[in-house]
Amino acid sequence: MHIPDGFIDAPTSLAAGAVAVTGLAVCVHKTADSLEERDIPLAGLTAAFVFAVQMLNFPVASGTSGHLLGGVLAAVLVGPYLGTLCVSVVLLVQALLFADGGLSALGLNVVNMALVTSFGGYALFLLVRRLLPRTRASVVVASGVAAGLGVVLASLAFTVEYALGGAGGASVSTVASAMVGVHVLIGIGEGTITALVVSAVLATRPDLVHGAAHLLPHRRLVVGPRVAPEGVA
Amino acid sequence: MRRTAPFVVVGLVVTAALAFFVSPHASSSPDGLNKVAIDEGFDRTEQPHALADAPTAGYAVRGVDDDGLSTGLAGLIGVAATFAVAAGLLLVVRRARGRSEATPAPARG
Repeated sequence: MHIPDGFIDAPTSLAAGAVAVTGLAVCVHKTADSLEERDIPLAGLTAAFVFAVQMLNFPVASGTSGHLLGGVLAAVLVGPYLGTLCVSVVLLVQALLFADGGLSALGLNVVNMALVTSFGGYALFLLVRRLLPRTRASVVVASGVAAGLGVVLASLAFTVEYALGGAGGASVSTVASAMVGVHVLIGIGEGTITALVVSAVLATRPDLVHGAAHLLPHRRLVVGPRVAPEGVA
Repeated sequence: MRRTAPFVVVGLVVTAALAFFVSPHASSSPDGLNKVAIDEGFDRTEQPHALADAPTAGYAVRGVDDDGLSTGLAGLIGVAATFAVAAGLLLVVRRARGRSEATPAPARG
């Protein structure tokens, strides 16, 4: 779903760039408030994992492929603010190192694949999770459903951008139905992969899944070994 | 609190293995957006990428003739780069916060 240069006109791309910069600034601000030392390598791993799995295009309908976007996965693992930053780093590296996703379209791609999936998808995750029992299985199901729907949300975001400033003169309603149609199929793959990964992390380190923090037993705030201040016996 | 280092190390090994061994076998069909662009005729509006001459453009490492190896190496480079950029960015964010606090946090032993 990486938009190359040329599909969307400059004003729309610039506007999306402004939305992306604003959104990322909010994410940095929110992350800075709560960032712990151990979050840093975990966020690095999340970004690297999303990058790797984005390379794994799987076949969907005739002559078409799809790949994980990873926004919901990242949001469930490390929270929506940090998750958005992780996916945005992936998009930046893809555009700069691999010429994947146009430089003028970077804002559009951050909006569609990082902000819309991490926040829209995470909101859907919370909604589905609330409807289900308070179990790990519910977290897995909610992750999968939200991830699948998140891909469709991202395809709708592209359609809005195409309606605002799309090149080539295709009919917006045709683009909308074609985008949603193929991304429902890709969403099934996204949902399956997301559910499998969340399930695997929950099985090994449930304490590292942000979206399952409500299942952990309540702990005291001070969890590390406490060092007495100097001068105190 | 349980340590996270073993999890991160195992996670990175799995990630690197996916990028190196599995990515050469990924589908090369156009993705959903590209397929729609072709079908609806707006793929013609695509402009060449400004960095199309980069040594790793298109997930292929220039100078490596074996396609599978070239893709796999590009995957490893991308995994290393995303980890480094994400972790580096957050280190900067964390240090900036530390400086902006009125009383600096005590050094941890």
